[in-house]
Amino acid sequence: MSAVTLTEVSKSYGSVEVLRNINLDIEKGELVVFVGPSGCGKSTLLRMIAGLEKISGGTLEIGGARMNEVPPAQRGIAMVFQSYALYPHMTVRDNMAFGMKIAKRPKGEIDKAVENAARILQLTPYLDRLPKALSGGQRQRVAIGRAIVRDPKVFLFDEPLSNLDAALRVATRIEIAQLKDNMPESTMIYVTHDQVEAMTLASRIVVLHGGDIEQVGTPLELYERPANVFVARFIGSPAMNMFPARVTAAGPDGTTVEIEGGGAVAVPIPGRAEDVGSVVKLGVRPEDLTLTDGPALYSGEISIVEALGETTLLYFTPEGGADPIIAKLPGIHRLGRGQTARLSADPAKLHLFDAEEKSYLYR
Amino acid sequence: MEATPATKSPLTLVTHLTVLLLVALWTLPTAGLFISSLRDKDQLAVSGWWTALSSSSQSLQGRTGAAPDQKEENGVYVITGNLLGDTAGRVSAFGTTSREPEAYEAGAAADLGDGATLTVGEDGAYRLESPVPFESKRGQRVFVTAEQPPRFTLDNYREVLRSEGIGRSFVNSLTVAVPATIIPILIAAFAAYALAWMEFPGRALLIAAVVGLLVVPLQMSLIPLLRLYNGVAEVFGVPAKTYLGIWLAHTGFGMPLAIYLLRNYMAGLPREVLESARVDGASDFEIFTKIILPLSFPALASFAIFQFLWVWNDLLVAIVFLGAQDESLVLTGRLVNLLGSRGGNWEILTASAFITIVVPLLVFFTLQRYLVRGLLAGSVKGG
Amino acid sequence: MQQLFWALGTVVIGVVGCAGYFYVSNLVLDTLLPGRGPDPVRAGRNINRANLIRPWLFLAPAILALGIYLVYPVIESVWLSLHDRSGQNFVGLSNYVWMLNDPGFRESMFNNMLWLLVVPAAATGFGLAAAALTDRIWWGNIAKSLIFMPMAISFVGASVIWKFIYDYRAPGEPQIGILNALVTWFGGDPQAWLTIPFWNNFFLMVILVWIQTGFAMVILSAALRGIPEETVEAAVLDGANPIQIFFRIKMPQIWGTIAVVWTTITILVLKVFDIVLAMTNGQWRTQVLANLMFDWMFRGGGDFGRGAAIAVVIMVLVIPIMVWNIRRANAEMKGH
Repeated sequence: MSAVTLTEVSKSYGSVEVLRNINLDIEKGELVVFVGPSGCGKSTLLRMIAGLEKISGGTLEIGGARMNEVPPAQRGIAMVFQSYALYPHMTVRDNMAFGMKIAKRPKGEIDKAVENAARILQLTPYLDRLPKALSGGQRQRVAIGRAIVRDPKVFLFDEPLSNLDAALRVATRIEIAQLKDNMPESTMIYVTHDQVEAMTLASRIVVLHGGDIEQVGTPLELYERPANVFVARFIGSPAMNMFPARVTAAGPDGTTVEIEGGGAVAVPIPGRAEDVGSVVKLGVRPEDLTLTDGPALYSGEISIVEALGETTLLYFTPEGGADPIIAKLPGIHRLGRGQTARLSADPAKLHLFDAEEKSYLYR
Repeated sequence: MEATPATKSPLTLVTHLTVLLLVALWTLPTAGLFISSLRDKDQLAVSGWWTALSSSSQSLQGRTGAAPDQKEENGVYVITGNLLGDTAGRVSAFGTTSREPEAYEAGAAADLGDGATLTVGEDGAYRLESPVPFESKRGQRVFVTAEQPPRFTLDNYREVLRSEGIGRSFVNSLTVAVPATIIPILIAAFAAYALAWMEFPGRALLIAAVVGLLVVPLQMSLIPLLRLYNGVAEVFGVPAKTYLGIWLAHTGFGMPLAIYLLRNYMAGLPREVLESARVDGASDFEIFTKIILPLSFPALASFAIFQFLWVWNDLLVAIVFLGAQDESLVLTGRLVNLLGSRGGNWEILTASAFITIVVPLLVFFTLQRYLVRGLLAGSVKGG
Repeated sequence: MQQLFWALGTVVIGVVGCAGYFYVSNLVLDTLLPGRGPDPVRAGRNINRANLIRPWLFLAPAILALGIYLVYPVIESVWLSLHDRSGQNFVGLSNYVWMLNDPGFRESMFNNMLWLLVVPAAATGFGLAAAALTDRIWWGNIAKSLIFMPMAISFVGASVIWKFIYDYRAPGEPQIGILNALVTWFGGDPQAWLTIPFWNNFFLMVILVWIQTGFAMVILSAALRGIPEETVEAAVLDGANPIQIFFRIKMPQIWGTIAVVWTTITILVLKVFDIVLAMTNGQWRTQVLANLMFDWMFRGGGDFGRGAAIAVVIMVLVIPIMVWNIRRANAEMKGH
């Protein structure tokens, strides 16, 4: 049974539509990450599930029951906010107990739940402190503890790591991953704009863009088989290179394309006869490009070299002012600005996108 | 800023001096009032308060002893005594006629005619000598100019508290101010919460109305409200000028500022904290009492101070709604009355004025932090 | 004392009453439209319905207070200003016609304009100077506290303080008012300052300036501190001296706040009443609108029509500031 089901859910503010016809099934025990650039509607979607925003259209079900009009407290959810949202005037203990106190649960039960959550998150020594006496990471743990105490069907995380500094962010990310491992039954929905968080935490990722779901899949599915140019460029860093190309031959075994101003290459992705002659985009991830002396997929003059030690990034400026072409080579390369480099790639790692920017794989 | 080399210039000295001058101009008037209220009323009447620490020169009149007091010493008839009595002081000059009250220096001998002489020492001791017996039943009149040391006393305060009705007015002021401070806070806090965090049609309009009402002159309200109060009093057969009436009036007049201040503050509280409480299952009422009220304490304190100072210092509302009869006058009203009736008696006025301003000053100096915060919230939010 | 206990008792009753109103009305709403229950969908619907009503429960006492004490009087004043002294018979605009021809009103209007020109400018100017200077010295906070102090003193109290300063004794007698003492010390003749027409207005204004400078200083000081330090540092690097920095870099960045301070004091000036009442009661050509209105209201049995007409004039003078304030508040909320 699905933990959360969204059917044709939409949201509009007046005449502005911020989410369109969202359909999504989240299974029990999953950790689903909503990811996308700012303004894509991911936080709004989460807040609609939480009940903090009204649902303009469609239905939301949690645990099989329609939840559109149910108040937040009775949806069986708990939420962890970006700014922690701790009650500044209450101790850690009171913060965690607040929800159960409101629900008028017996004191013994509240104490047990709070102690338990504190133990899981190693917060026991801090139970009687006020939030202002805690570090950022500890505050975020209290916020998570507050959610655990509620024993919800679904945990909602709204960019929980954004307010932490870089080192703490990695540590807390790992803690959340461990937390999830310790609670295999619980369902979590996690919103972030950081693709690293998405890739490392998610059992499935939902990529949102401009109010639509672009693709839903496991992290590696999104990396290896992006559904369209947006997902292809959003997942992975630096973003995937896009070469304008023309299909010269197409069949069930593969498609041959000719890169504008470059060589021809046979891509092992099935094509259709009617594709011949059409304009496509050939996608290559920077890390899939290699230097070659043989026939090149692309050759050009290096405009910038960034030597990071473990990798070397080469930037090329294609004619016509399109996005720069980037190659990410392992190790150190003694290459300089102005030199010409020839690049090729394993045909199996190439991606093809049609004129609507959709991947050939999903046609 | 302070430590940068650029400020170690003559400009720094000018800055210090200018601020010193400003501070002097802004504190000396009050200081003068306070010092004067502690001075002896005779000294207060003849010398400025800035001379309070130096001795003051006073003209006194006295009489020497008369014929029965004389003694004969070596054939000379002598009368001795002290013109200053018990009071301390130093005589600088004396005289025997009102035309020339400072004719002789202390210690010199004044010729009284018929061989009689009068000597007055610095300590006020005099010696009247004559070769013939004194016969007059009345002593010689003597004018002395005496330097008197400064005298400080609480007599002025005793006087105004006891006989000028200041004590009574103090209680009246307190009776008006305390409820008129507390009642509006609660009412305004609920309204401010609704305007800050609840969604309902007409909210923006109401906020605009509150901002608009912020500047409505109080004078507008007086005549209509007086008529309204009189009407209500007539219908129910109760007096029109009651404490309840003035409390409600102050509540109404303070309401725009209260709502405005509190709403601004509450709207600035983090939205996520409130949403978190909502997810935790708290109702609006619970969010208000358990989250918003405790977190809004600084704003509540700010407004409370404002309202208290305003009500305590108010004159107009008090005399209109409480009346100007003796038993219902508040401190400000009493002070205005005294200004009229005891205009020249500075010992009364200064002591009364100081009693009037001492409570606000105490509030001001102990709670200044909140006052400043409130002012800023009311004026430069977002600016 | 007994009166005080009685007052405290009423405070308790009042507070409990208010709290009780909010609590009970809220409880009634929750009982009629329960937000919790076995059927969550219905509970949700109830909550939505209750949310339409609840704001008005919270707002009701405040709206009532604002309505009775501020909105109704404004309307009523306009109505009364069109009626005669008893408020019974309609007289059209004759109160306003009388007003325009009344020398007392013209004098008050003239004086009020004088106050409007001088007091906000002086208080803001002094406040700005005090704010700028005290921020540069180590004992600035103490200085600020002392300059701010008169803010706590009532207009009447301040009037006594300053009347003492202006105190006048005949020439030759020792002057106990410090102003005349200074004048005589410099060899001048003592003056009865408050009775010198025209100039006595300024001696009254000094009092309000003295009270309001602290207010201006506190707010402008906060605004000055809110200026990004980088802009000042950039100007230092560009070679500007402290005075240039103040006038060319800092001042332009706090114009908005200066305007707020200025208008706030302007409103106060329009309402000024206590000082004039206590110092001169409008004699020696120092009358102002608020005091004139008070005169017409109470002296000689009172003339509600004329009093209300003067009140309406004060209101009209305030309206531009009111509009400006509302616009500013709206802009602020949109930027939220």
